[in-house]
Amino acid sequence: MNRPLVVTRRMTEHPADSHTMDRYLATGGYEQAERSLGLTRDELVEEIKTSGLLGRGGAAFSAGLKWSFLAPARPSYLVINGDESEPGTFKDRQLLERDPHQMLEGVIIAAVANEVHHAFIYSRGEYPKPARRVQAAVDAAYEKGYLGKGIFGTDYDLEVTVHLGAGAYICGEETALINSLEGLRGEPRLKPPYFPAAKGLYMQPTIVNNVETVSNLSHILAMGAEKFTELGHPMDTGTFMVSVSGHVNQPGNYELPHGITWRTLIYEVAGGVPDDRALKAIIPGGASAPWFVPEIHLDDQITKDMCAEAGSMLGSGAVIVMDETTCMVQAAERLVRFFAHESCGQCTPCREGTSWMEMILRRIEEGQGRAIDLDLLLDVSDGISVGLGWPPKMTTICPLGPSAVSPVLALRDYFRDEVNAHVELGGCPLKLAEVVV
Amino acid sequence: MSRWSEATQERAREIISRYPQKRSAVMPLLYLAMVEGQGRLSNEGMEEVAEWVGITPAQVSAVASFYTMYKRENTGRYLVSCCTSLSCMLLGGDDVLHAVEDESGVPHGETDAHGLISVEHVECIGACGGAPAVQVNYELIEGVTPDRARDLVRWLQGARPEVVNGDEMQELFGGVRSFDWAIKEDDGAVGPFPAFQPLGTVGREGDS
Repeated sequence: MNRPLVVTRRMTEHPADSHTMDRYLATGGYEQAERSLGLTRDELVEEIKTSGLLGRGGAAFSAGLKWSFLAPARPSYLVINGDESEPGTFKDRQLLERDPHQMLEGVIIAAVANEVHHAFIYSRGEYPKPARRVQAAVDAAYEKGYLGKGIFGTDYDLEVTVHLGAGAYICGEETALINSLEGLRGEPRLKPPYFPAAKGLYMQPTIVNNVETVSNLSHILAMGAEKFTELGHPMDTGTFMVSVSGHVNQPGNYELPHGITWRTLIYEVAGGVPDDRALKAIIPGGASAPWFVPEIHLDDQITKDMCAEAGSMLGSGAVIVMDETTCMVQAAERLVRFFAHESCGQCTPCREGTSWMEMILRRIEEGQGRAIDLDLLLDVSDGISVGLGWPPKMTTICPLGPSAVSPVLALRDYFRDEVNAHVELGGCPLKLAEVVV
Repeated sequence: MSRWSEATQERAREIISRYPQKRSAVMPLLYLAMVEGQGRLSNEGMEEVAEWVGITPAQVSAVASFYTMYKRENTGRYLVSCCTSLSCMLLGGDDVLHAVEDESGVPHGETDAHGLISVEHVECIGACGGAPAVQVNYELIEGVTPDRARDLVRWLQGARPEVVNGDEMQELFGGVRSFDWAIKEDDGAVGPFPAFQPLGTVGREGDS
């Protein structure tokens, strides 16, 4: 398999000091940021559009197109979303810790392209180490004159503030993140009218980009948009970071071209399932994504379109692998518990529904389930995500509530017998079997 | 008149200057209030933040209560957070939590009688490749087993480090990591809040 390294190249080749200004400059660092100052907004937007770069935060929307939507009012703001909290996802943590200057150079390029003079980097509160590295990189860039007044000797001013979250998954949703930055509760805003590109931070035009997305920018300018499109899959260009966790021999972050299959990812890249146990389910794109099962999906290609066709998404690039020893009810309960805990409480279907779903799943797992409970679960789910389709029909301001339905769809579609066995046996069949042995 | 130390007040002024609007400094200032409150966010602390940014204490309280990391109850010197989200659960995160609870005698959400250790189970902390994961004062340890978790609790009770350092704890109690950490750090946390330069909460190993 051809595996070009883009965003993880420096940390792979120079593990001891890939986070330092010296190493960054010695490997071509900040050349593209400086060059971007000589290009017009239109040229930069066009280049990123041509590259086909899709946002890496979960929504997989064209980064260049997003920039092009920026309303003309000024000042405009740039916010980097480093509030990585989707269960299974740990790629941004590595990019921030190991190569903070690469991200920061992307911040400068994105700021210049969007005529921004104040950018914010929002790091999740539970990531103090990545935040420290980013702050050190920002301080070093100020010292060099790459940030602050008149960057790179031009008359362009750019301030960067590193902001620490405080433990709320929902702040990864871009409008919630903006509220959080404004010193409000981190509750999502209604879109429309609050599309960040029109009415974002302080009601001004705002671009919100993910850490991995901006980490790609200097490379696109360096190699040229055309060359970038040759990496990966024609419909899904460049590489992507995938975080593999759960029942695999070699969990970790891998930078891969789009278009390999799930089989290749799990059995070659991540070293297969421990003790050659059978694979039972794959979560392809973080806790919000509907699950895949090996019998149907193992040889599908990993691209945005293929995932959508199969009724799921690549989301945040988090792949959670579960083998035959996993109880699907317990796994679903754990994910639904997460959404119930992280619901901001604004919308009734999400606030009430996710808690009911958690309770029903827990009682099934603990042997107190009733024969009608799966239908009840689906009925509650239908109240959050009408019709239980994909992508979900929303009853809520943001996608958090509908995301909680994804594990329940897996129970309905692939593991109905396992749910029923819990009810009939009065407990988890896997745990009861253990007791007998 | 501020009740905060001169050093904290200077930090508050510096932090506010980093934002176009004062109110945006609420979150970092809430951390400063926790530092001043020895790990606890008190009503006085929230009133102080309200004065700094020019909003009401009720508005500050509305923000503070939204986030899990602003602890409005007494919190121990060491906050031990055990991840029990899916990826950690699959590899024994629940057993690690139970070991920590059992060894410390502190159930989830509580603090011991000496104010030394608080225990909580948390949702995903972004260490799924190194599951199961535990944080002490938000400094990470990956690949923890129930036995090593017990060792960790005993070490915190015995050694009582001034600065909680992730690399040191990883070496003593950790295993598989999400990725190669590569660079050893001397920096660590000085209390049950994140160690971050603008907050003045970064301690160096060997400091006393």
